[in-house]
Amino acid sequence: MNDFAHIGRSVQRKEGRAKVTGAASFTDDLRIEGLLHGATVRSRVPRGRITGIHFEEGFPWAEFVIVTARDIPGKNAVAHLMLDQPCLADGVVNHAEEPIVLLAHPDPLRVQDARERVRVDVEPLPAVLGIEESLRCDPVIWGQDNIFKTILIAKGDPEAAAALGHLRLDATYHTGAQEHVYIEPNAIIGEASAGGVLVRGSMQCPYYVHHALHELFQLPLEKVRVVQVETGGGFGGKEDYPSMLACHAALLSWKAGGRPVKIAYDREEDMACTTKRHPSRTRIRSAFAADGTLLSLDVEFLLDGGAYMTLSPVVLSRGALHASGPYRCPDLRIRARALATNTPPHGAFRGFGAPQSLFAIERHMDEAAQRLGLDPADLRRKNLLCTGDAMATGQIMRDEVDLVALMDRALTEIRYAEKRAAYPVLNATDDPVKRGVGFSVFMHGGGFTGSGETMLNSVAALEGTAEGQVRVLAASTEMGQGANTVFAQVAAEALQAPVDLIVVAPPDTGLVPNSGPTVASRTTQVVGKLVLDAGLAMRKTLLEAGLLQDGDVGTAIRTYVARHGALRTESRYQKPDFVEWDDATYRGDAYATYAWACYAADLRVDLVSYETQVADFVAVQEVGRVLNPTLAAGQIEGGVAQGIGWGLNEEVIWRQGSMANHQMSNYLIATAADLPRIRVFFEERPYAYGPGGAKGLGELPMDGPAPALLNAVQHALQVVPRQVPMTPEVLMDLVEGG
Amino acid sequence: MRGQPSLCDVLTPRSLDEALSLRAACPEARPLAGGTDLMVPFAAGRLPDRLFLNLWGLEELRGITVSEDEVTLGALTLFREVAAHPLLQREFPNLVRSAKVTGALAIQSRGSLGGNIANGSPAADTPPSLLAYGADLELSSLRGARWVPYAGFHTGYKCSLLASDELITRIRLSRSREGGFHYFRKVGTRQAQAIAKVSLAAWGRVAGGRLQELRLALGSVAPMPIRATGTEGILLGQPVTELPFEAAHQALQADISPIDDLRSSARFRRRVAGNLLLEMLRGLGPA
Ligand SMILES: Cc1cc2nc3c(=O)[nH]c(=O)nc-3n(C[C@H](O)[C@H](O)[C@H](O)COP(=O)(O)OP(=O)(O)OC[C@H]3O[C@@H](n4cnc5c(N)ncnc54)[C@H](O)[C@@H]3O)c2cc1C
Repeated sequence: MNDFAHIGRSVQRKEGRAKVTGAASFTDDLRIEGLLHGATVRSRVPRGRITGIHFEEGFPWAEFVIVTARDIPGKNAVAHLMLDQPCLADGVVNHAEEPIVLLAHPDPLRVQDARERVRVDVEPLPAVLGIEESLRCDPVIWGQDNIFKTILIAKGDPEAAAALGHLRLDATYHTGAQEHVYIEPNAIIGEASAGGVLVRGSMQCPYYVHHALHELFQLPLEKVRVVQVETGGGFGGKEDYPSMLACHAALLSWKAGGRPVKIAYDREEDMACTTKRHPSRTRIRSAFAADGTLLSLDVEFLLDGGAYMTLSPVVLSRGALHASGPYRCPDLRIRARALATNTPPHGAFRGFGAPQSLFAIERHMDEAAQRLGLDPADLRRKNLLCTGDAMATGQIMRDEVDLVALMDRALTEIRYAEKRAAYPVLNATDDPVKRGVGFSVFMHGGGFTGSGETMLNSVAALEGTAEGQVRVLAASTEMGQGANTVFAQVAAEALQAPVDLIVVAPPDTGLVPNSGPTVASRTTQVVGKLVLDAGLAMRKTLLEAGLLQDGDVGTAIRTYVARHGALRTESRYQKPDFVEWDDATYRGDAYATYAWACYAADLRVDLVSYETQVADFVAVQEVGRVLNPTLAAGQIEGGVAQGIGWGLNEEVIWRQGSMANHQMSNYLIATAADLPRIRVFFEERPYAYGPGGAKGLGELPMDGPAPALLNAVQHALQVVPRQVPMTPEVLMDLVEGG
Repeated sequence: MRGQPSLCDVLTPRSLDEALSLRAACPEARPLAGGTDLMVPFAAGRLPDRLFLNLWGLEELRGITVSEDEVTLGALTLFREVAAHPLLQREFPNLVRSAKVTGALAIQSRGSLGGNIANGSPAADTPPSLLAYGADLELSSLRGARWVPYAGFHTGYKCSLLASDELITRIRLSRSREGGFHYFRKVGTRQAQAIAKVSLAAWGRVAGGRLQELRLALGSVAPMPIRATGTEGILLGQPVTELPFEAAHQALQADISPIDDLRSSARFRRRVAGNLLLEMLRGLGPA
């Protein structure tokens, strides 16, 4: 079956032993001479004018480094897509928890104490605290109209098609914010002086941080160096926020004459202040023929972006591109907008907008099935995309995947047909525990959207060392997902060398080329391919040098380096020939390829407590070739756990634009006791442009659980849930009437 | 962490007598048992106390003793010890169940019954069970020891009968519960590491087809763990085949005074408390 030596095998994690034994050093573990500890004074109100900053009298402020907006050498902005977000609020605040003053001191407890002794006077201004208020421009808080970005995807004539519909359905769906709860809160150490800037810390995207520091200090590119330290989880939460934190630590260091400054958030600060998943509102108007054929879709997809643009336009784009789900629909319109509100900016989170829009369409399909008197599986059978069909953007589905077969496999595993029939009978008794079974079918585009990969123009390299090892040079980060292990497997495969011969260099912008951010399910699929190609190039070099006769790659490398001084090969991204994308019209190949899945859930709802317990969960997916089965299954299980949390219990409670429940005791992520056994199945259809045939899979498992669960709740209770999280309180209102 | 250990002092007595002397001499020293409640506000920088009286090493506060009529538990008895005790499992299953749903293993191995009571949280998990079993508490000081019914111990939100020189030293349960029924359920939304949104514990005895004894207690529906005495009054003496479900449900709504907070809503708590009562009563009636 497997023609590969390393690909497709559950090779042990490169950094696994160090993590398990505690030898791995995270940012907060690093011992650094002369270190200062930083802290942040923040806004308590969502919007207002700063009228004064007061430092408590009689307190020894001379011992502290103090930074305000006035101390910033370059432009006061954290550079992402735009420069609208200040590094420190100056004159006005636009969200609660917005940073205003930075403090540093050698004693970490003193600096916490000092933070309470700075008083910022803010004259409150009317604030926009949700999507509805933002739409009403009541008031305008960003640009002309509170809109960060508008996207239109249009095909055919949805109005005319809808007129022929047997069933016309109009429903609105809501999803809430979600906190990442990575194990390690954000932490960064900065050193900055006229000589240069060095930032080390927990992050996903070293070159994003590099870009932000370059803009802030206006230093030459080579004078800014960013190094990723062992990172305890990210899930998107360390995609854009570390740029902010890096700017803060570096500014304090700059003011302190170059002394290193660490800012390590505790859990409360991390939960309250850093990014979360965008809340969404999706209205779907659809029309179906009597036999269930989907005739038209008109989708309005809105995201709450928070106070500044950050990455919201890109999140919006992915959400919009997934909004019609894995269905064939000749006449459709998707209108998407990202809106400004006076809350901390929402950011990347596994799935990046797709879980929000897929939740809506997958719930909508089950509602439509019920109204049409069809089984949800039969409705999907009629409409699932087949190879050769056109997707929303006109993209022709190239992947050779049979979605109906994928769905049927999940349904067989969960014993859908049997339970679908049996549960209503059981539920008719007065047992307060009701049972339901439901599922969702969905896809996730791998890599950056549209022309994104072409613009990133990523490079990865391999380097032979004097000791006969091979170092992978890439800016892609290991954050617990297994990137280093997969890179080593792929490089070893290309070189026909043992995996142990491969080491992965720390992502250090002074050392590694820019292989792009570690996001968008692109690391294996896109960067892994670059590593593979660099490996093939290195093997060719060694062969041409006549060094591989005896097959020992280590010796060959050692000899080559001894002879030539260095051995380095590089590979640059090349888009697959067929990919054509037009950013202006949103037509073309939105993603080079997609991962496809069907997730099914069997659950119990207890009408005494309104609690939902998932009894069985099946995750079937097609992700190209699986490079490392253990790591891949781990990604799926973790994503499903996060998806179940988002669907049922993870509720961010907002009070005046700030997360009120910023503690793990009252923001309820699922524990092991809350989760079913998650049964993971892969279909493997090698993707021609991925390393060994692999596609991205990191975000996929976040997309499916929430709609599958709520579809099962619809089956169990004959209610129509349209929002997540579906907490017991929400469910009680649905069942008993609000 | 925002708590400042360098600003704090801990007094560690070697005997209960020494502890009570220190307690009398320094009433500002906060008793520290397992520390599982105190560590949370401490780490957040929200605990005002600077001086602590460490009870952890006091052997006099440990152990579960069983006599003919009573079981006595030292205030430092851990949830894990409660959960593992065969006699408690047999005769006081509600207490065992509530200990098993407190936090998870780490907390159960460090948190104490005395701390759970003294902390005074309306959401604490063992108090409803202790109330349902009619527990008594021993409060000790240099002035002597006194036994008080636990039912009157909490006098308001985080207020109690405990004087500033006193410690909770023991908890007493009377035995002879055969023929009784036990009901306990915690609704916390998560299966472990959850703070109760509502909990209900009940103990009662049916004789001659009638409900002869009943103690009903709830958590998270009032400023403190409470007995639902109005509801008990409606149900006592009634034939189990014709329990006044509706009247009992109404009485319960009058017994409780839940609020909206970060964890849930008053509406939810009222409805679920009612559902728990009905579930408990259905369990009593003929199958
Ligand atoms: C992660 C986590 C999960 C938790 N889950 C639960 C849960 O599910 N259910 C629940 O009920 N609780 C829970 N708790 C709270 C806590 O564990 C319990 O209340 C525990 O019983 C406290 O006991 P302790 O010995 O640790 O008390 P400590 O923290 O040492 O003290 C608590 C309070 O009691 C006082 N005190 C302690 N002993 C005495 C005494 N003998 N005399 C007088 N005063 C005294 C202290 O001064 C303090 O005010 C949880 C806590 C954490 C951190």
